Amino acid sequence: MLSKFLIIGLVRVLTGVRARWVGAAPEKRQRIYFANHTSNLDAVVIWASLPSELRAITRPVAAHDYWTKGLTRPYLAKHVFNAVLIERKNVTVKNNPLTPMLAALDAGSSLIIFPEGGRMAGGEPAAFKSGIHHLAAKRPDVELVPVWIDNVNRVLPKGEFLPVPMLGSVTIGAPMKLAEGETKDGFLMRARAAMCTLGGVSA
Amino acid sequence: MNMDDDLMWMGAGVGGVLVIASIIGAILAKTAKTDQARATIANMNARTGAWWVMVIIFGGALAGGRTTTVVLFGLLSFLALREFITLTPTRRGDHRALFWAFFVITPAQYYFVGAEWYGMFSIFVPVWAFLFLPVRTAMAGDCDHFLERAAKTQWGLMACVYCLSYAPALLSLPIAGYAGENAKLLVFLVAITQMSDVLQYVWGKLFGRHKVAPLVSPSKTWEGLIGGVLTASALGAGLWWATPFTPWEAGAVSLAITIAGFCGGLVMSAIKRDRGVKDYGVLIEGHGGVMDRMDSLCFAAPVFFHILRYWWV
Repeated sequence: MLSKFLIIGLVRVLTGVRARWVGAAPEKRQRIYFANHTSNLDAVVIWASLPSELRAITRPVAAHDYWTKGLTRPYLAKHVFNAVLIERKNVTVKNNPLTPMLAALDAGSSLIIFPEGGRMAGGEPAAFKSGIHHLAAKRPDVELVPVWIDNVNRVLPKGEFLPVPMLGSVTIGAPMKLAEGETKDGFLMRARAAMCTLGGVSA
Repeated sequence: MNMDDDLMWMGAGVGGVLVIASIIGAILAKTAKTDQARATIANMNARTGAWWVMVIIFGGALAGGRTTTVVLFGLLSFLALREFITLTPTRRGDHRALFWAFFVITPAQYYFVGAEWYGMFSIFVPVWAFLFLPVRTAMAGDCDHFLERAAKTQWGLMACVYCLSYAPALLSLPIAGYAGENAKLLVFLVAITQMSDVLQYVWGKLFGRHKVAPLVSPSKTWEGLIGGVLTASALGAGLWWATPFTPWEAGAVSLAITIAGFCGGLVMSAIKRDRGVKDYGVLIEGHGGVMDRMDSLCFAAPVFFHILRYWWV
């Protein structure tokens, strides 16, 4: 509990971030928040910017290899963020990353995912990988909510381990679902466009 | 902190002004007719509400003593610098230098103010930080726009940290016959700069015609500037009893404070205009960011400090 407050406090001090809900009210319902990925702090910042009752049911999806290293990261992943850890390097049928995500959804949790699969290099987000489409198709009742996260990469650029304070922003858009008869590519394009619009970036 | 009668009267005066502003705001909110008027009044009332919070925090810190006051201004500098650097495009190569600026130089500057080490706090940022930071940036190896980036980090530290730290440093000035009463100088400085901002806004809204620098700030007019500066200086002269000054001296010093404050607002507006934003942040409701409220104080504090130190110490 204490470590949770400390982490949230630290994120506030560093980024001053408060979520701006422009397309949806912060309701307590099951959702998949999907965001652009610019920094290792992204998941933490989105998680910390949610109202506490939403934060309690929302689990960031994060890379297994990164969050199981050392002593601090596994502690934070397990006891603070309650992260859903997925394999991203040696994906087999056995450790299919979708399985733990679907299990978390079935247990009633909301998720925070980064559908680009990696951190974006330049200004524009990469094309979405198909994972988000699988989630939308397999759990059609869960709303998908686009999120744009800005300026957090300057707090902790790739390769740095000491953060600097920098005001960031988290913008939360309108919920969407997989439309009937929508193709996979069509859906991936539409979801990415919704996310890019929030950030004022051309899709 | 020595809670003498003068300080109590100053506190009561500030509270009285806020009570009157709150009552007027509540009446205007009921009587406003047009949407535009309602929006203006709502913003004004949000500002008054934020003023209550700021005055309570400032008063609490002052009542807590010199250390809590220094810590409060240190936190304000941290928040102001965070806003400033956010608006300034920096690169990967600046990261380590920025870490130093935030977590070493800023606390050190306020430590020297707290330790009353004038010889150090008055040169620490202009000399030591100035020499050290570009070295750290050069070591990172990225030479693109090097001079610009080094200058921006230094400028942010000078404005947000160094200049602002002169405000709590007032508490350490050894003025003959005024020992233990310096808190009133800080209240005087903050009250005059902030009243000057408010009065310039009011005079500008009522009579503003000729813009001082239309390309920098459309809301700064000669009528607002002259009216605000003169009324705030008159107010300062009327507060002579709380200061080591005669009424005429209090008026003249207030004039210097208010003009410096105006210049601070103008320069910070130019930076905002350059970056294409209206406010530095959203932390204080109705006002914008910390830097939007502190801009005039950044310029006025060192001017006031050095006037005092030269002629009264």
